Amino acid sequence: MSLQEIILQQLINGLLIGSFYSLVALGYTMVYGIIKLLNFAHGDIYMVGAFVGFALLGVFSTAIGAGWLGIVAAMLCSMVLVGLLGVVIQRVAYRPLLKAPRLSILITAVGMSLVLYNFVMVLTNGEYKAFNTDLGFSGVSLGALYITYTQIVLVVATALLMLGLHWFINKTMYGKAMRAIAIDQDACRLMGINVNKTIALTFFVGSALAAAAGVMAGVYYGSIHFFMGFVIGLKAFTAAVIGGIGSIPGAMLGGLVLGLLEALGTQLPMVGSEWKDVFAFVILILLLVFKPTGILGKSEIERM
Amino acid sequence: MMTETILAIEQLETYYGKIHALKGISLEVKQGQIVTLLGSNGAGKSTTLRTISGLVPAGAGKVSFMGRDITKEEPHNIVSMGLIHVPEGRRIFKGLTVKENLELGSFTLKDDMERQKRIEHVFEIFPILEDRQKQDAGLLSGGEQQMLAIGRAMMTEPKLLLLDEPSMGLAPIIVREIMRIIKRLNEEGTTILLVEQNAKIALKLADYGYVLETGKIVMEGDGATLREDRSIVQAYLGA
Repeated sequence: MSLQEIILQQLINGLLIGSFYSLVALGYTMVYGIIKLLNFAHGDIYMVGAFVGFALLGVFSTAIGAGWLGIVAAMLCSMVLVGLLGVVIQRVAYRPLLKAPRLSILITAVGMSLVLYNFVMVLTNGEYKAFNTDLGFSGVSLGALYITYTQIVLVVATALLMLGLHWFINKTMYGKAMRAIAIDQDACRLMGINVNKTIALTFFVGSALAAAAGVMAGVYYGSIHFFMGFVIGLKAFTAAVIGGIGSIPGAMLGGLVLGLLEALGTQLPMVGSEWKDVFAFVILILLLVFKPTGILGKSEIERM
Repeated sequence: MMTETILAIEQLETYYGKIHALKGISLEVKQGQIVTLLGSNGAGKSTTLRTISGLVPAGAGKVSFMGRDITKEEPHNIVSMGLIHVPEGRRIFKGLTVKENLELGSFTLKDDMERQKRIEHVFEIFPILEDRQKQDAGLLSGGEQQMLAIGRAMMTEPKLLLLDEPSMGLAPIIVREIMRIIKRLNEEGTTILLVEQNAKIALKLADYGYVLETGKIVMEGDGATLREDRSIVQAYLGA
């Protein structure tokens, strides 16, 4: 492979990993934007999404097979179920603490993460589960490059989810209400907006997107395990900060930027793929030093 | 002319933690009136409005709106009954466009055609907002922000509008413009409870007025009577 081809191959890998980061980062950034909570359980929501998708695919495959039809059905059902799980977690663990000091709710999020993580660990005996599909490895070759159809479909699916979210946030009344709550909750109450309901909806959407990413990651990597949410949780958080936490386009961009830089970083001399996590967090540290608000983040200065 | 009571407050008390902000106030707003609530800084004017709209829980007493007890009602339910509160400091959504601000004002409305019609109506009253509809609301001047706050409240076609210091921080010429619009809204059928520190301009409009002092109503009367009262003139008109 020539250097050009290696770089192209890495760009494709980076785009895929970056898509997963983006989808998870969106949930982080939406929840942060609306209630200023760093939801550390969010990576585990992604993991639970993968397992729910895995279980559903097992059920569906006897009826409709484990091809794209079965996968899409499993993914959509997993999004709804895990979205509801997000709402329940919000209701039980976070809502009672909305008026408590910030630290209490942050620690609760860490606790929630441990609950989900250990629950799935016990349920699966801590084993890897093979995410079996009928997709195979057919694809297109461009010179020495080989791109599977699966990879193409996953990137397109991510793009569709993000476009859908963009439409929801900017064109629907509930989407506008979400952005307004991030600005001024009391003013929203005076507009007749049910703030608690809108916060619950935000958790639903964020968790559903993470679940979609979890199922897609299962399809892409071919196996899932109970600790798969930990590193991606940190990476997606990094992506959200890189893009500017609280900014939705920022989370999309931050995920892609992080995925691409990471993939390209593995090709640098002296930086092998075992260094890619180090590389990602070095990027985060450099960004925090030189542009603490992230690429698309706004500064906190208020004009009176 | 028979006038119906639209808002009735009886012996309302409100606490902020240990601070006893309202110590049992009673007042009444009749359909079609402009009623003003006067008082100096810290008298409890904003607290009264915040308790009526449900942002702050009442400690004791009763608030009824169109015959219904709303003392323990959630703010968003109170809004859908037609009682809208334009808070102190306008509280527009900076970062959203002027048009999005107006749309959010009609959040409780499901009909998009009707929403568009009401936006047109607001633009007719405030032409400046039409020119700026795509701009970030945070970039508006103070007067324009106040117009947006009132326009946003009108999007629900309120039966009763609570206005908290709409003149605050505005140049006299803008204040006159805002007061003219408040009068117009009232003539179009909206009942108004106006909180003001500037008693002079408030009493020009008001049919009836109450004076609040450290959480208690100390005086009330119709607009003309209060305008001529020497103690009010001295205390709040700066004369």
